[in-house]
Amino acid sequence: MENTGTLSGRQTRKQKRAKRLARTKRSWSKNWELYLLFAPVALYFIVFHYIPMYGVQIAFKDFIANQGIWGSPWAGFKHFERFFDSFYFWRILSNTLGIGVYELIAGFPIPILLALMLNEVRSGRFRRFVQTVTYAPHFFSTVVLVGLLSLFLSPSSGLLNLMIVAFGGEARPFLTEPGWFKSLYVWSGVWQGMGWGSIIYLAALAGIDPQLHEAAKMDGASRLRRIWHINLPGIAPTIVIMLVLNVGTVLGVGFEKVFLMQNSLNMETSDVIATHVYRSGILGAQYSFSAAVGLFSAVINFIMLVSVNRIARRISGNSLW
Amino acid sequence: MPETRSDRIASGVIYVLLGVVTLIVLYPLYFVAIASFSAPEAVLRGEVWLWPRDITFAGYERLFANRELVRGFLNTLLYTGAGTALNLILTIAAAYPLSRRDFKGRNIFSFMLVFTLFFSGGLIPTYLLIKDLNLLNTFWVMVLPTAVSVWNVLILRTFFQTSIPYELQEASFIDGCSNTRTLLRIVLPLSLPVLAVMVLFYAVGHWNSYFNALIYLSDREQYPMQLFLREILIQGQMQEMVDITDDSLARSLMEAESIKYAAVIVANLPMLMLYPFLQKYFTKGVMIGAVKG
Repeated sequence: MENTGTLSGRQTRKQKRAKRLARTKRSWSKNWELYLLFAPVALYFIVFHYIPMYGVQIAFKDFIANQGIWGSPWAGFKHFERFFDSFYFWRILSNTLGIGVYELIAGFPIPILLALMLNEVRSGRFRRFVQTVTYAPHFFSTVVLVGLLSLFLSPSSGLLNLMIVAFGGEARPFLTEPGWFKSLYVWSGVWQGMGWGSIIYLAALAGIDPQLHEAAKMDGASRLRRIWHINLPGIAPTIVIMLVLNVGTVLGVGFEKVFLMQNSLNMETSDVIATHVYRSGILGAQYSFSAAVGLFSAVINFIMLVSVNRIARRISGNSLW
Repeated sequence: MPETRSDRIASGVIYVLLGVVTLIVLYPLYFVAIASFSAPEAVLRGEVWLWPRDITFAGYERLFANRELVRGFLNTLLYTGAGTALNLILTIAAAYPLSRRDFKGRNIFSFMLVFTLFFSGGLIPTYLLIKDLNLLNTFWVMVLPTAVSVWNVLILRTFFQTSIPYELQEASFIDGCSNTRTLLRIVLPLSLPVLAVMVLFYAVGHWNSYFNALIYLSDREQYPMQLFLREILIQGQMQEMVDITDDSLARSLMEAESIKYAAVIVANLPMLMLYPFLQKYFTKGVMIGAVKG
């Protein structure tokens, strides 16, 4: 009995394997086009994303050009130590954090407020007009945005300074004063991005059950109360997810705009990790050192994203993953 | 139900605030537009507020007389056209298999894509890779490194999954269609609105990008428009465009200002013309991404 039992067990296992093989074959013969379709995409991600990730080991090596990334000798944490000990370290870190936090505090709530207000507008035409206008700057390039800043803030010919002078004030060189850099950076970003940023909240608001509002009206809730007790909780999951994404990238202050707004006079407040990497790496050809700086910020970002996500999940039950 | 007084006050405040916000966004743009048509002296005297004064096209003429900038404009057109086409093809090629439940390994592949959102090798290893591949100063460096955006893949995948009934695709398989044919004849024709949004997102990205060009291109012949705009708008390098020969310095400085205003208009015109037509799809596109991140 036992013998036959194991025999049949073996047989079914064999059969199972054969079945699985046949199924894989069938799925392959049916879906080979999908794999073919996906192959170039996989190749792209391997070449342009995963090979650089592997190449990040250069941060722990002394890069020698003719030996390549793989052949260069190991250097341990030398470049990291050099960065932590350098005169620039605290300046760069505090600038990067300062801009990131400022941007979060000013830039994060405004699109939400805009969406909540837009949602209260009955007239379709006015609403569309406001949306069309506020979305438009999103499509401007960073170059144009910074160009606009320098046009409007120019001490000799800028509109703002002309107004200040007309009202009896004194023209100020905003773009070269270190004290103005962070505010200009953040508020020009708000100007450019608030409309676009509100779309996602508007979409979430559109999904709120109108019956909730009807019921609240019956109970005599005012408009502000309904915004506070229905709309805001209704979009809370979206808010949490956006917050996680935003907090997670606080250290990732983008290169593009900072670089364009940077000049030799405002360096002490405008130098951030990304521009430092560019200057020492691409311009100064200190590849290993600046790869270490870049890796430092990437790792911090990653850790922040993961921990903020965990906190959000624990507190509100909503999270990115 | 009649509105209470407090509700009417609340609406009033909301309308006023929205009006102010709209004005803050709109007026600078309007000012740039009228300033670009006005005599620079009038702008500088503060006479240009609501209407253009002493209408002139001098700024535009100087701008288009700059051979390099025209060249940059053409380069940008090329990068935008080719880059967007490649983006669209690869995004579909990524999103469609990932949307299919019978695509084995789709979880692994999804993870492979999404992970790159949160961690990257960074600037220097990428730069060294591009250098090793001999892509520096080539046309390809402007289209290949940004060939796929993971966000857009996720948006499109979610659209395929939620908005196109799988039964429809099964029906076409039963009728003997291959996967390719189903994709081309059934799935894509039903996805035109979201594909239009993809085209817009990608095209704007290419049109506006300067970072890759700054890092990977050193040959001015290949510069996209944004790099020349940077020289004009931010670095104020306009020696060639401004006559220094017979005008005073003050005059040439003024002309430089009107060239800048004209440059902002020229740089944004194509995108601003395109976007009202696509605006109604924005919410859809962004919302699809929001449903499943």
